[in-house]
Amino acid sequence: MSIDPTRADIHALSGAYAVDALDDIERAEFERHLTGCPTCRDEVDDLRETAAALAEATSVEPPAALRERLLAEIRTVRPLPPVVEPAAHPIRARRRWIALVAAAAVIALGAVAWHPWTSPSPTQLTAVAQVQQAPDAQHFTTHLDGGTVTVYRSVSLDRAALVSRDVGAAPDGKVYQVWLQNPAGAMVPAGFLQPGSSASVALSGEAASATAAGITVEPAGGSPRPTSDPVALVAFAS
Amino acid sequence: MNDLRPVPGGAPEEGAPPGADLAALLQRSARGDEQAFAAVYDALSAKAYGLALRVVRDPAQAEEVVQESFLEVWRMASRYEADRGSAAAWILTIVHRRAVDRVRSAESATRRDAAYHDRNQPVSHDETAEAATASLEAHRVRSALATLTPVQREAVELAYLRGYTHSEVARMLDLPVGTAKTRIRDGLIRLRDTMGVGSLR
Ligand SMILES: [Zn+2]
Repeated sequence: MSIDPTRADIHALSGAYAVDALDDIERAEFERHLTGCPTCRDEVDDLRETAAALAEATSVEPPAALRERLLAEIRTVRPLPPVVEPAAHPIRARRRWIALVAAAAVIALGAVAWHPWTSPSPTQLTAVAQVQQAPDAQHFTTHLDGGTVTVYRSVSLDRAALVSRDVGAAPDGKVYQVWLQNPAGAMVPAGFLQPGSSASVALSGEAASATAAGITVEPAGGSPRPTSDPVALVAFAS
Repeated sequence: MNDLRPVPGGAPEEGAPPGADLAALLQRSARGDEQAFAAVYDALSAKAYGLALRVVRDPAQAEEVVQESFLEVWRMASRYEADRGSAAAWILTIVHRRAVDRVRSAESATRRDAAYHDRNQPVSHDETAEAATASLEAHRVRSALATLTPVQREAVELAYLRGYTHSEVARMLDLPVGTAKTRIRDGLIRLRDTMGVGSLR
């Protein structure tokens, strides 16, 4: 369904927008409306706050493994810097203002720093996909507990990732910990492998210089260095 | 009242920190502080996972939604604007958007069938109550939901907790095209006023 953004009742879409109940076309049009409508912007912020409060009633504890996976993944991702407004050149700004004043007056008042606060999902590759799709990606596959484990490495990105299929659970109270072997032969903690039909994790540490990746069974929470022999090991070809 | 959660006894890791603390933790996350980020996750992971689970239904996919969302929170923490709302609302907005994107993209064809099917099925009126946790906050939400008209309540729940568009909601509730969005907005505004959300600004 399409909307004329100048239509008076476009304001009525604020609630549906706040709960993601617009289709893609409506969403784009309403976001255009928002750049020029401070009333709707405030209302959207309020109604999002309200909707978020509804999630109070839907709490479900996620599996603990999700936390480990996430905390391992963020180690490989750099937080974005804050948005810095470019310092406007006074003369150029004035010229532009004169040229655009008639057409842009309405938008210029409200639009300056507003942005939608959420971005569409598929735009960024996950850290794992970045490694897999790097031009110089190498991969090494081995077996573990009836399943397979593939380690991907990109020397140019200095990143490695691990993808596993059909790996059975570690013994009670234990986890599968992943290590990268540095050139000196030491095993450096690089993350955790999640059992299950399919799992992936970006590994931390210096992948480009690593000579091998190994997996050991460790007490829950992991160990600073391996406490047992590896249950899986791949040597990186250089 | 016998199954209320215990009140945290001063232990900082128990329960959700107040909103101001979450905003401060987000600020530290933006500077690369992994412990601060872990605290943000611990405060909101159950709400985020419960919300994702409600929309996508499949636990494995809900986990992926939460993981992707919190990765975005980590990357985007510097973009959070405290004057636009609480840190919790910002994060749950990201989670909800990703959950909705997921059900609408990959499964668009099957979902359309499901929407057609759902139209011919009675809508469960008490879904929220069924899955609700026995917390004070949940009690407050249920009381607020009870002040809505049945149509407002169903429209809000179908849109927010099940991820349908307002056009789909209109069909599912046999409302004239274009009126579901009004029911959703009216319902949310009444909830806002009942719960006192947003009155800080
Ligand atoms: Zn407006």
